[in-house]
Amino acid sequence: MNRQSGRNYHEGQARTSRRSVLKTAAAGATAVAVSPFMFNIARGASDAVRVGLPVPLTGPYGTEAREQARCAQIAVDEFNAAGGLNGRMAELLVRDDKLNPGEAATRTQELIEKDKVHFVCGSLSASVQLAVNEVCKARGVIYMSISQSDEINEVRDFSKYTFHEAMNPHMTTGPVGRYVFPKHGKRIAFLIADYAFGHELVRGLKREGKQYGIEVVAEVKHPIASKDFSTFMPQIQAAKPDVLFLCNFGYDQLNSIKQAIEFGFKNNMQLVVPVLLYTQRLVGGAAYDGVVGGTNYYWELENSIPSAKAFNNSYRKLSNGSPPSDYGAYGYSGVSALLAATRAAGSTDADKVIAGLEALKYDKYKGLQYFRKCDHQSVQSVYIIASKAQAEVKNTYDVFKIVHSEPAGEGILRTCSELGL
Amino acid sequence: MFHSGLQLLCGLVFGGELLHTWPKNALAWEPILAFVDIPLQLWALQIFTGLALGSVLVLLAVGLSLIFGMLAVVNFAHGAFYTVGAFAGVFVFGLTGNFWLGLVAVPLIVGTIGLAVERVLLRPLYGRGVDYPLLLTFGLSYVVVDAIRMIFGKVGLPLSAPAVLQGAVNIGIGYFPLYRLFLIGAMVLIVSGLWLFLEKTSYGLIIRAGARDPEIVRVLGIDVSRVWMVVFGIGTGAAGIAGFLSAPMQSVIPEMGIPVLVQAFVVTVVGGMGSLPGAVVAGLLVGVATSITVMIAPQLADAAMFGLMAIVLLLRPQGLFGHRGLME
Repeated sequence: MNRQSGRNYHEGQARTSRRSVLKTAAAGATAVAVSPFMFNIARGASDAVRVGLPVPLTGPYGTEAREQARCAQIAVDEFNAAGGLNGRMAELLVRDDKLNPGEAATRTQELIEKDKVHFVCGSLSASVQLAVNEVCKARGVIYMSISQSDEINEVRDFSKYTFHEAMNPHMTTGPVGRYVFPKHGKRIAFLIADYAFGHELVRGLKREGKQYGIEVVAEVKHPIASKDFSTFMPQIQAAKPDVLFLCNFGYDQLNSIKQAIEFGFKNNMQLVVPVLLYTQRLVGGAAYDGVVGGTNYYWELENSIPSAKAFNNSYRKLSNGSPPSDYGAYGYSGVSALLAATRAAGSTDADKVIAGLEALKYDKYKGLQYFRKCDHQSVQSVYIIASKAQAEVKNTYDVFKIVHSEPAGEGILRTCSELGL
Repeated sequence: MFHSGLQLLCGLVFGGELLHTWPKNALAWEPILAFVDIPLQLWALQIFTGLALGSVLVLLAVGLSLIFGMLAVVNFAHGAFYTVGAFAGVFVFGLTGNFWLGLVAVPLIVGTIGLAVERVLLRPLYGRGVDYPLLLTFGLSYVVVDAIRMIFGKVGLPLSAPAVLQGAVNIGIGYFPLYRLFLIGAMVLIVSGLWLFLEKTSYGLIIRAGARDPEIVRVLGIDVSRVWMVVFGIGTGAAGIAGFLSAPMQSVIPEMGIPVLVQAFVVTVVGGMGSLPGAVVAGLLVGVATSITVMIAPQLADAAMFGLMAIVLLLRPQGLFGHRGLME
């Protein structure tokens, strides 16, 4: 029974794909973009430790969201295999937030009030994160945020219930800027996804760039989930930058890189993606040759970090040998940290688990991490990766090389007083 | 049609020139000043980008318009056929490694699916009012998108342009992607071929006659239902090749047909439902309008084509090249 509830998500996936034709035929006018995904809808045993995971399974960030759901399930399975919380098994409840703050708030509220989850983890866009955070804060439920946001650390949005497992734009752009600016030039252009994430990346890069004397020659904003980026390219071309930062995510990242390359940008400027995604690189192939960026994780860390090896191997068992992705790892680590703190606290009581998280030193996939007391930001290492040329690639998953890293430390975070805390 | 298209382009270029030379201190409004500062060369490149963007819309809208004009079917599955074209192209490329073969195979594959859809699903609905085929194709689009998700997975697939079409060339006004030049050329060839077929061949004559008065054509001993099937096949084939040609410029995902369907409908409405020249002019117009809006007021870029549609509908409710009363 316990093992069964642990495996629900995988079984659910296989079952629903057979149902999906009928379901969609019946779906009528609701929304074409609705996916047939129905993860773990069933409610579990009443004494289970329940973790709600609202993520955008459908839409432009769907690939990353499905990775997070899959990896979060690994964390739950491991917790259960180790005996759970004195025999209480954990259960993951995945919901589709459709990358929409309203939808996410509703799903989160349902998770808390109907499904009685003890913790919430998830979301992939700053505005959605903040909406989920609001709902959790108001109901005294711990929220483990697993995508990049600066705002969530700041005093206006922070609460004692708010934890941030993902890196934030500030700590990402610092190392990226320090690596790129001295090496690739001072004339900088930005292509920016027009929402908080994109803006925060630009803010971080400009701040870091000051000491290098950068000159911003173009700042072009694009709406999220743009299909065509060609219309943004002539302006960037005319500005003649040395470096183009693509401050976006998901499919947008892949499409904008492909189209920047169409315009021959690779010959004239360095393309840098501050949050360079493994999942999109796999789809993008040769278009990514030479593209540089920042990341929280690349699977090759397993050569030097034992926990990375263990995490990769758990994932490989479920995925025909393919290694996990950066954003997937956040889902794994975020849920693992929650459950580890629950076990340490011996209870699902929010205040006890908060104390447990604040005291936690954990190494789940990338070396030692801990939550800084003042803003609950996970202090962690940051990596700079470069996309390998097709000729250097040894297998399908061998796509990046780590060219630089900055160790975990509070030095790369904004100070607590800067955040107003 | 080329006359008015050219005029329009000249107007746009002239408008840019005018604004460029406008005395700067006469205007205090900052966005307008930024607009004035844009060099002419960037204007030209931006317009050219818009033409490439519009080319895909033209191919989509031509099929949509043809199907509506001949069959009076509002094909909501058009975006799905576009997606099928992209996936069929990736599939053919995976089998053969030959991009050019896809240009032949994809319209044939998608057109054949279109023939089957017309014969099996649409034909029983003729004569029952425009909403029956509309609802059917709407439902079909869901089925197709989910079938693709099941067959090819939910994660995107890659497709690169052939090596000879990669990179950019200097076209005098700046570097422009070779592939997008090819796209414009391919669109012109396909649309010209279609036009020649409809206007200059005897089968084209039958199609046109069938659109005007199916009863008379039937009395003359011609199987009109077969003509309609062929038209639906051609229209969906055009959507398929549009999808295939778009594939190297973006990620091939099951949902890729959803946004373009809306754009294709806007283009057919602006151009006039059922009009081939209308689809061409309106497609390019929407592409250029979107592209220019991106440059001068990016936050309005998505709304630009709807603004254009509103203006056209106010001035010419039947669309630029449409006939009055077609929808009644």
